Amino acid sequence: MLRVGKGDKLVKDSNSDYLDGSHILVRTLEDLGVDTVFGLPGGAILTVYDALENSTKFRHILVRHEQGAGHAASGYAISSGKPGVVMVTSGPAATNLVTAIADANMDSVPLVVITGQVATNLIGTDAFQEADIVGITLPVVKHSFLITESSDISSRISAAFHIATTGRPGVVLVDITKTAMTSYAHYNFNQKFELPGFNPKQQPEHQCLQAAIELIINSSRPVILAGGGTVRAKASENLLKFAKLIHAPVVTTLQARGVIPDSDMHSLGMVGMHGTIASAAAVQKCDLLIALGARFSDRVTGKINEFAAYAKVIHADIDPAEIGKNRQVDAPLFGDLNETLNLLIESLTAEKYTAQDRSNWWKYLENLQIEYPLYLDNEHAEESARNGMGALSPQSVIQKVGQIAKKYDENAIFVSGVGQHQMWASQFLGHEKPHNWVQSAGLGTMGYAIPAALGAKAARSNNAVWVIDGDGCFQMTNQELATSRLTGLPIKIMLINNGTLGMPRQWQTLLFNKHYSQTDLHDGPDGWSKEIVYGDGEEKGGAPNSGIPNFVKLAESYDCLAIRVTRLEEVEDAIEKAAKENERPVVIEFVVAKDALVFPMVPAGKSNNSIMYTPTVQPLLDDGNIGNRIEGEE
Amino acid sequence: MVNETKTYTLSILVENKPGVLTRVTGLFARRAFNIHSLAVGTTEDVKVSRITIVTDESQAPIEQITLQLQKLINVLKVQILDSAKSVHREIVLIKVNTRQGKDSVRPEVIGVANLFRVKVVDVAAESITIEATGKESKLEALVQALLPYEILEIVRSGTIAISRGRDIINLHREFGENNL
Ligand SMILES: Cc1ncc(C[n+]2csc(CCOP(=O)(O)OP(=O)(O)O)c2C)c(N)n1
Ligand SMILES: [Mg+2]
Repeated sequence: MLRVGKGDKLVKDSNSDYLDGSHILVRTLEDLGVDTVFGLPGGAILTVYDALENSTKFRHILVRHEQGAGHAASGYAISSGKPGVVMVTSGPAATNLVTAIADANMDSVPLVVITGQVATNLIGTDAFQEADIVGITLPVVKHSFLITESSDISSRISAAFHIATTGRPGVVLVDITKTAMTSYAHYNFNQKFELPGFNPKQQPEHQCLQAAIELIINSSRPVILAGGGTVRAKASENLLKFAKLIHAPVVTTLQARGVIPDSDMHSLGMVGMHGTIASAAAVQKCDLLIALGARFSDRVTGKINEFAAYAKVIHADIDPAEIGKNRQVDAPLFGDLNETLNLLIESLTAEKYTAQDRSNWWKYLENLQIEYPLYLDNEHAEESARNGMGALSPQSVIQKVGQIAKKYDENAIFVSGVGQHQMWASQFLGHEKPHNWVQSAGLGTMGYAIPAALGAKAARSNNAVWVIDGDGCFQMTNQELATSRLTGLPIKIMLINNGTLGMPRQWQTLLFNKHYSQTDLHDGPDGWSKEIVYGDGEEKGGAPNSGIPNFVKLAESYDCLAIRVTRLEEVEDAIEKAAKENERPVVIEFVVAKDALVFPMVPAGKSNNSIMYTPTVQPLLDDGNIGNRIEGEE
Repeated sequence: MVNETKTYTLSILVENKPGVLTRVTGLFARRAFNIHSLAVGTTEDVKVSRITIVTDESQAPIEQITLQLQKLINVLKVQILDSAKSVHREIVLIKVNTRQGKDSVRPEVIGVANLFRVKVVDVAAESITIEATGKESKLEALVQALLPYEILEIVRSGTIAISRGRDIINLHREFGENNL
C-alpha cells in the first residue's frame, strides 16, 4: 500500500520492504528488540521522528536536554543489563551529548547513540547545525560509524549493537546523514556485517588459569578486588561462590557496590579514596590480590607503587589492554568474567581444594571492622544545629533512606549524583544487590542522577528508584523532572542540601586552609546571603542561606511531591511519605550540615597506608603491623 | 637526533576506510604515546592498508601500546617488527645549497653523495637534491656528512618495514577474503 508522505513524496508503508532510511532505522531498532529510546527531535532527524507511529514497537521518551537522554540511556543500561539507545539531531544536539557519551564509555556502559547529520553533500561546508560529531567524540567512544547511504543503515545499526554489547561494553555512535535518512533501499533484517578486526576473547588460557590456581593455593592472605566488570558480566553469584570457596575477603570499587551484599561476612565494603579501613588494610597487606573486572584506577590504588606492595596479582578482565596497564600482573586472565570464575571454581573443586586456615588474616580484618566502623559524623551536625544551620547529619539521613527504601522494595534502585553525597550513598545505603546502584564513577559527572534515574525507572518500572542528589548536581539537570512527571516515570529524589559544592569544599577544608573559594552556592554581594533566612513561615531553623532556589517550590512547579526537612524528628516520616508516593516524582530536601566530611579518606596521590579514619587518626600508619606482616604471624 | 630510548617499529594492518588513520594517531595522542615516524599505504589487498609507526616505551610498555591498538575495531593486526628479523627502509630527499659566497660547492656535495652511493635527482643553478634510501642509521650519517654545507630542506618518508623470509601475514587466510 502506498500513502502520500510529507512533501508529496510517495512513501511506501512500513509493511513493504522498500523504505526510506528513516523507516529502515525504525524497523531495524524494532527488529533488534529495542523497547525504549531516549531522545529529542530536530531538523536533521525529523524524518525519523516522522516515521514513529503509535504502532512503533518501542517507546520514545522525550527528554528536556540531550545530555539527559544520554544519562537516561546509561541508567537504563546499568539497571537492566540491556544496551541503552539515544536518538538526537545534528550539531548542538549531538554536542550536548558529549558528556553523557564520555561518561558511559568510561564506565563501560553499552549505549548506541544515533545522531542526525546534515545532507551528505553538505558535509564539510559548515552547513547549518553541522558538527563533526564523529570527530568530536573519537577519543570517548568504543567505535563510531558515519552512514551516508540508506542501504547501510540496517547492517551498521546491527553492528553498532553488537560492538556496544560484546567484549568490554561501551558506546557506539552512529551518525546518519539526512541523505541516508531520506533515500530508499530494500530493507531486510539480519543483514550481515563484517567486523574482521573485532573478536573479543571469551576464555582465559589454560596455563594462566593454572598459574592463578597455584597462586590461590599458596596464598595465606588473599583478597578479592571486585570492580565494575563483575557487575557488567553479571558475575555476582559466581563471585560469592568463589569468595566462599577460597574463604577470601572481598572489597569492591565504587562501581561494583552491591555485587556482593554488604551484609555478607566476606564483604569489607568499598576500597579506595573513601573506602573502609578494613578494605584499605586488606589490599595493602594482602599477599595475593585477585582483581576481577577492575582497572586499578587512581581513586582505588592511591599512590600506585605503594599499592598492594607485597602482593602477587591475578587480574581477570575482558579487556586485555587493562591487564598490566597500571599494575604488573602475575596471572592474567583475559575473557568473560563470569566464565573465568566458573573455570576457577571448577578447577579448584576438581583439585579438591579446601581453603587453608586463614584465621589470623580474618581476625586482623575483623578487628579493623569493629574498631573503625563507618563514620557517621554527628559532631558536625550537632555543631551546625547549635549555630542555627542545617541540623541534619547527611550520613544518617542517607542511612535511613537505605533502610526504608529496602523495607518497601528489596530490589529498590539507588541512583546518585557526584560529590560528598555520592560517597555517603556508597557507604551508607547498604548495597545488597547488583544492578541496583547507578552512578557516574569514572568520569564523575555532576547532574548524572536525575536523568539516569529516569532511565532506570523506564527499564524497571516495578522497582522504586531512589535518587541521592546534591544541591549542586540537582541544579545541573533538574529539568528532567518534567520528563519524569509527564512520562509516568516517577523517581524519588532525596536532595542532600548542604548549600555548597561539598566535595571541593571538603578539599578546601582539608588542603586549602578553609579558603572556600567559589564553593558556596549562596554567595552573592557582601551581606546578601545573611539577609535572607532560609525556610518559609513557621519552618525557620533551616540553614541561613539565600533560599535560591527554593527547591520545594521548584519541585512543586513540576508537580512533584515536595517536602523540606530541617529537623531530625521529621526525617523518617518524610522518607515514608516518599516511599508511598507512586504517581508523582518526589523531592525531599534535607537541610544538612555544611561542614560534614566524607571519611575515611586517602588524600589524592598518597599511599593507601596513609588512609585517615578521621582528620587525626591514621590507623594503618601506626597499628604496629609494619610492612607485609600482621599480628600473630611469623 | 640520535635517541636514547629504544624504538619499536609497529606494522599495523587496518581496514582501508575513512577516518581509520585518525583513530590510530588519535589513540597515540590520547594515551601520550610517541610517534617518531609514520608511513601509510595500501597492501596486496585494496581493502587493507598498512600503517608503519616507529614508537618508544617512554610512556608505556610496547605491549600496552599494541593492546590498545588492537582494541580499535578497524585494526586487523598489530605486529612488532624486530630489527633483526625484518628489513627497515626509509627514503629521504635532501636539498643542499651549492652556492657558498661566490664559489660553487657542487662537486663536493656530489662527492658526498657518491661516497654514500646515493642518487642526485635534481640539479639547479644553486642547489642540488639528493635521494637516499636505507636504514635510519645510514640516512642519519648522510645528513651528518652534509651538515658542513647548507641544507635547505629535508623530506623524509618515515620508516617502512617488512619481515625477513617466508614469515608473512596471510590476510586472506587469517580473515577470509570476503570478510575484509
Ligand atoms: C560536571 C562537573 N563539574 C564539576 C565537578 C567537580 N565537582 C565534583 S563534586 C562537586 C560538588 C557537587 O556538589 P553537590 O551536588 O552539592 O554535592 P555535595 O558534594 O555537596 O554532596 C563538584 C563541583 C564535577 N564532578 N562534575
Ligand atoms: Mg551540596
